[in-house]
Amino acid sequence: MSSEALNTVDSISAALAEENYIADAGLSTSVFLAIKMGKALFLEGEPGVGKTEIAKVLSNLLHVPLIRLQCYEGLDINHAVYEWNYLRQLLEIQAANQPQATSQPATENIFTEKFLLRRPLLQAIDQSHEAAPVLLIDELDRADEEFESFLLELLSDYQVTIPELGTLKARHTPVTIITSNRTREIHDALKRRCIYFWIDYPSREKEIEIVRLKLPGIAQRLAEQVVDFVQLIRQQELYKSPGVAETLDWAEALGHLNQSQLEPKLVDTTLGMILKYQDDVTKIRGERVRELLGQIPA
Amino acid sequence: MDQAVGVELPAFFANLFHFSGMLRKAGLTISLEQLIEFQRSLEIIDLRQREQVYFAARGILVKRHEDYGLFDRVFNHFWRAPQPTDRQIGQKTPLAPRHNAPKRQPLNLATLMAQRAREADPALDLADKSGSFSPTEILQNKAFSEMTPEELETIHKLIASIRWQVSLRQTRRRVSNRQGHFLDMRRVMRNAAGVGGVPVKLAWQNRKIRPRPLVVLADISGSMERYSRILLQFCFSLTHTLQEVECFVFATRLSRITPQLRLNSIDRALAEAAQQVADWSGGTRIGQSIHTFNRQWSRRVLRRGAIVLIVSDGWESDDASVLGQEMRYLQHRSHRIIWLNPLLGHQAYQPRVAGIEAALPFIDDFLPIHNLQSLEALSYRLAKLGRRPAPGGLKH
Repeated sequence: MSSEALNTVDSISAALAEENYIADAGLSTSVFLAIKMGKALFLEGEPGVGKTEIAKVLSNLLHVPLIRLQCYEGLDINHAVYEWNYLRQLLEIQAANQPQATSQPATENIFTEKFLLRRPLLQAIDQSHEAAPVLLIDELDRADEEFESFLLELLSDYQVTIPELGTLKARHTPVTIITSNRTREIHDALKRRCIYFWIDYPSREKEIEIVRLKLPGIAQRLAEQVVDFVQLIRQQELYKSPGVAETLDWAEALGHLNQSQLEPKLVDTTLGMILKYQDDVTKIRGERVRELLGQIPA
Repeated sequence: MDQAVGVELPAFFANLFHFSGMLRKAGLTISLEQLIEFQRSLEIIDLRQREQVYFAARGILVKRHEDYGLFDRVFNHFWRAPQPTDRQIGQKTPLAPRHNAPKRQPLNLATLMAQRAREADPALDLADKSGSFSPTEILQNKAFSEMTPEELETIHKLIASIRWQVSLRQTRRRVSNRQGHFLDMRRVMRNAAGVGGVPVKLAWQNRKIRPRPLVVLADISGSMERYSRILLQFCFSLTHTLQEVECFVFATRLSRITPQLRLNSIDRALAEAAQQVADWSGGTRIGQSIHTFNRQWSRRVLRRGAIVLIVSDGWESDDASVLGQEMRYLQHRSHRIIWLNPLLGHQAYQPRVAGIEAALPFIDDFLPIHNLQSLEALSYRLAKLGRRPAPGGLKH
């Protein structure tokens, strides 16, 4: 599907659903606006609510490549935008100095596109794309402020200047998705250039729908129980609440164990699938599990 | 797009500006650029669907999850469905929120604290014999708890004059440095280009050095009341001399006061901070407060080797085992935990308080904070902090 065909918010919702991604009206509207207005979509939310997933789904449904940049502290231009292929440059110089060389002086041509290593951001604005690719800048909160300011520049006009080559500008503005787990605040200036959306945990009905969609083989009863239990767990005082990703992992694991419904013992032994801190596991295992299971409608 | 937008333009813009004005008054920052973008978005969504207008406005105008609630209130107030014939909603301006702006506390915190301390502990007045104009040398070693308001005023200035420094850490970002350990290939090749492609002149990089982030958790419960004013001044002074500081205070509940302390005037900063705090001088629930911090804030503020300063006397009204567990969590996620205890200054003090006993295994440095000298020692210590001592915590 091309982006031209997605002319209304409803068509986006439908297209996402076709790719097995359940989005609420807020997310659909945000995705729609991001594509139509050529702005980046800034997604924040707890881990495991489907922030990264939306980029993959969009690249699928638009039939365009997904270009992913994983952020980390110290991420710099060499790794985010471009780097010269130094080894190749040195070899070229060596070769040019040999008597049998016929080419022009080496320095003339070691700074050409042939020696350029394209990193994700440069790939995203490459002229060769037939349609706008999806650019995923994942976990921006892990990068440092220096990278953030660079990104601010890139997002304003989607062009990069390489001193030796000149300015490269995107033919199609990439569909840009930025995610953050909020381990730190991203500067407002950057967020202001984006459509901002906070992805919450899904409602019970929506989460059951997601489980059924992603795991078609699962029994309705088990899916409901798993979701009910996870939704209850999220209301507990925990260091780290399980996301939808954990719900899916757990439901799948229970399926492999050939279980058709939740039993206290079973929950105790598989609790590590949804709780990732030992303190949380200790707190819930045993007595609390029985209590919570008792609250689930039979 | 395909829907005809049946709105008279001037009135429509007036409404838009009015709407953004209300959001601004509610405390959101909205740039003109954002407003234009919002107007642009209205041309491509289905205006008949209120939901889409709502999400477009929120996506473009709001940049923080915390502001969602605020935005909802203004939005619902403003875009309440108008009468079908009445298109000029902007004409009837609702009363601007400035008419019920929050009242400023007339009394500033400094005087309030001083008064409270006197009322709570009349015995304090006995110690006033040294006179109100004590020279700085006497103040150096005098316990804060024994000081008169005038002396505290002097201390206030002295605290403000301390130049705080936090120990440094190597980041993963590389910067040019002649003595560096990493080759800067990009510059090497660029230099080489000028001399026939032979890399003669090498260029080096090193890892960038930055001060560690500092997080302060200060106890302002009843038992700490006489120190609370000094504590806030201490936090203010840290916030204004260091790059990355986060301040929280707690008694029974945790409040973040970092934004308030960033204000330039100390009196205003302390007054606003005091308003932010829900529970001045109540009981103490240290474990619960640190739990809240761990759950809501630790992932956001304890990054990149942060140092945690806890200021408390350790009187815990809850179960001390909760405190122990939360301290363990906190210790695993910070570069170092320094616990400052005003009681530690007394010669006879033994850490027998249940709270302290539970927390002690997870504290890296257990230091006094009872007079100016101890503050100066702390500033020295902060600047020189090295790695955490061997596991097992601190032997007192």
